[in-house]
Amino acid sequence: MNGSTSSQKHPLDGLLRTDRIPHIWCPGCGIGTVFSSSLIAIRSTGAEPMKTAVVSGIGCTGRGAGYVNLDSYHTTHGRAIPFATGMKLANPELSVVVFSGDGDLFAIGGNHFIHAARRNMDLTVICVNNLNYGMTGGQAAATTPYLAKTSTTPLGNPEAPFNLPLLAYACGATYIARWTMLHTRDLTQSITEALTRTGFSFIEVLAPCPTGYGRKNKLKASDLLKVYQEKAIVKNGANPAETILDLEQGITLGKFVEYDRPTFAQNYKAVTSD
Amino acid sequence: MEPAVLTGEHFLNGDVACAEGALAAGCRFFAGYPITPATEIAEHMSKRLPQVGGVFIQMEDEISAMAAILGASCAGAKSMTATSGPGFSLMMENIGLGITMETPCVLVNVQRAGPSTGLPTLGAQGDMMQARWGSHGHYEIIALAPASPQEIFYQTITAFNLSETYRLPVLIMADEIVGHLSERVIIPDSSKIKLRSRPRPKGRKDRFLPYRPGANGVAPMAHAGEGYMVHFTGLTHDEKGYPVMTAEAQAEMVDRITGKIRKNLDRIIQVERYRLEDAEVALISYGISTRSSLAAVDEAREQGIKAGLLRLLTVWPFPEDMVRELAKRVKGLITVELNLGQIHLEVQRCAEGRAPVVLVGHAGGSVITPEEIVEKIKEQVG
Repeated sequence: MNGSTSSQKHPLDGLLRTDRIPHIWCPGCGIGTVFSSSLIAIRSTGAEPMKTAVVSGIGCTGRGAGYVNLDSYHTTHGRAIPFATGMKLANPELSVVVFSGDGDLFAIGGNHFIHAARRNMDLTVICVNNLNYGMTGGQAAATTPYLAKTSTTPLGNPEAPFNLPLLAYACGATYIARWTMLHTRDLTQSITEALTRTGFSFIEVLAPCPTGYGRKNKLKASDLLKVYQEKAIVKNGANPAETILDLEQGITLGKFVEYDRPTFAQNYKAVTSD
Repeated sequence: MEPAVLTGEHFLNGDVACAEGALAAGCRFFAGYPITPATEIAEHMSKRLPQVGGVFIQMEDEISAMAAILGASCAGAKSMTATSGPGFSLMMENIGLGITMETPCVLVNVQRAGPSTGLPTLGAQGDMMQARWGSHGHYEIIALAPASPQEIFYQTITAFNLSETYRLPVLIMADEIVGHLSERVIIPDSSKIKLRSRPRPKGRKDRFLPYRPGANGVAPMAHAGEGYMVHFTGLTHDEKGYPVMTAEAQAEMVDRITGKIRKNLDRIIQVERYRLEDAEVALISYGISTRSSLAAVDEAREQGIKAGLLRLLTVWPFPEDMVRELAKRVKGLITVELNLGQIHLEVQRCAEGRAPVVLVGHAGGSVITPEEIVEKIKEQVG
């Protein structure tokens, strides 16, 4: 007999720590959608769930590790990638996914990102970019647009943001894509590709932070979604140097880079097995 | 594949002896960053780990080195890093993560004189309080102090055994002098080396609670990839490993991670007593400074003064009861250490005014001579 409760089950319940729901993410936040896409992708690979580990840093996105019903590690601020590096090298059978935010991965953790990309460490790094530090109340990040208002740039951001796909490309990442949380089908496809290939894969996902970034810049969640829809320029294979992320000029989306070169582990084995 | 245990008689410096101790203890993952005077540990591990099926990685800094060994340990490897003062400072936050996630690993600090860049090539014991309290919050730590290449070999094995038994990062607080001193090191047959492994879960995977402690206060540890679907976090958490933001959960968790050490002090603390039975003046020392202290005790005895030495192999947790007991029956206590009084503060605290406590120490850069200590012993009995 199927009662009414079974019809309320979410198809992803098996991959969720349902006893930890409700989650902390605000109404209008885009992280949940990216999280769902990631779980759908993990499921679609057909790999045994027990062979996937999720590692997060600190921040709103960093809480993702706490909701996924897989081996999951919520580490220190900025250090998800080196933690994941140790984990992957100690057990190469694991598929290790780093799920974290722009502040975590590119400001405090920027040094680890560039070196893991350079090593072509076999990790899948999913970065939810909400253009600011959400958890602490909307401060400027390394991704905040020039002149945007945040709680630490009340007169406008004097700094220029990173273009993350270009940074990843320059550092040696072998798979690079950028989507918004509106482009769930493409996003899920990219995450699936990243999970099933070997090498350092980087996926940036734009997601609104209505509580932090949105409020300071007079953008409701729906306003930002409209920007994502209207300004999106899907350009698969685009040269990362020519991609832009400008809420007025346009946002280049797509799978920009995919090529093979030996990973750290492959090279280490080759060099040390004489 | 080469043997992990290089049984035989060797002439090694302390850094290399430490690396060999780690391999003998089953260490198969090392992440590090070059820093004087600890670099030789990383260099030796980079050569030896591939020979025994392990992995060495040189990270981009000490922060990532510490993070990487925690990740490796969570995947089941015995892991280690080695550094000195500036790198030790950078590792502090992730030491706290290891304490809170209860992740076994070993961290070697080959101490040099600080603060800051200090004297990179000269020894000191100035990081002893940092070892105790350097990461934020209240916690317990285990720290060992070796006095020779032979001793660092054995202490590295002990450090792994303690980290596995009690599930926490264990510190080896060596110094530049021990690290760069070459002496005879005897590596025993592997059958003579007792190894401990972290407690492991049994029973149904879906009912496993990653932070429910066993009899000695330590919870079994499931590794990534085994199907237990564990959640580890640096946030205050309950038995499930789930974050709980209350004062009650905080009290429970901190009580447990400190209690597992406090309740096992007798099993953890190791000291050596030298000519203490009838001593009127007791030296308390550790690491390189114990070598001068031993010579000073003998010289004082030659001169008819009843001196003895309490040599701390384990500095943290501090052997409080032993020092209390000693303070009751001697005329004076002398702390000998290469700093301006760190463990000295502990000795004073535990002496509780029952015996005068004085320090022989300086800010680092050279060893303490036996003569300086003998002078102080004479003052104490004079």
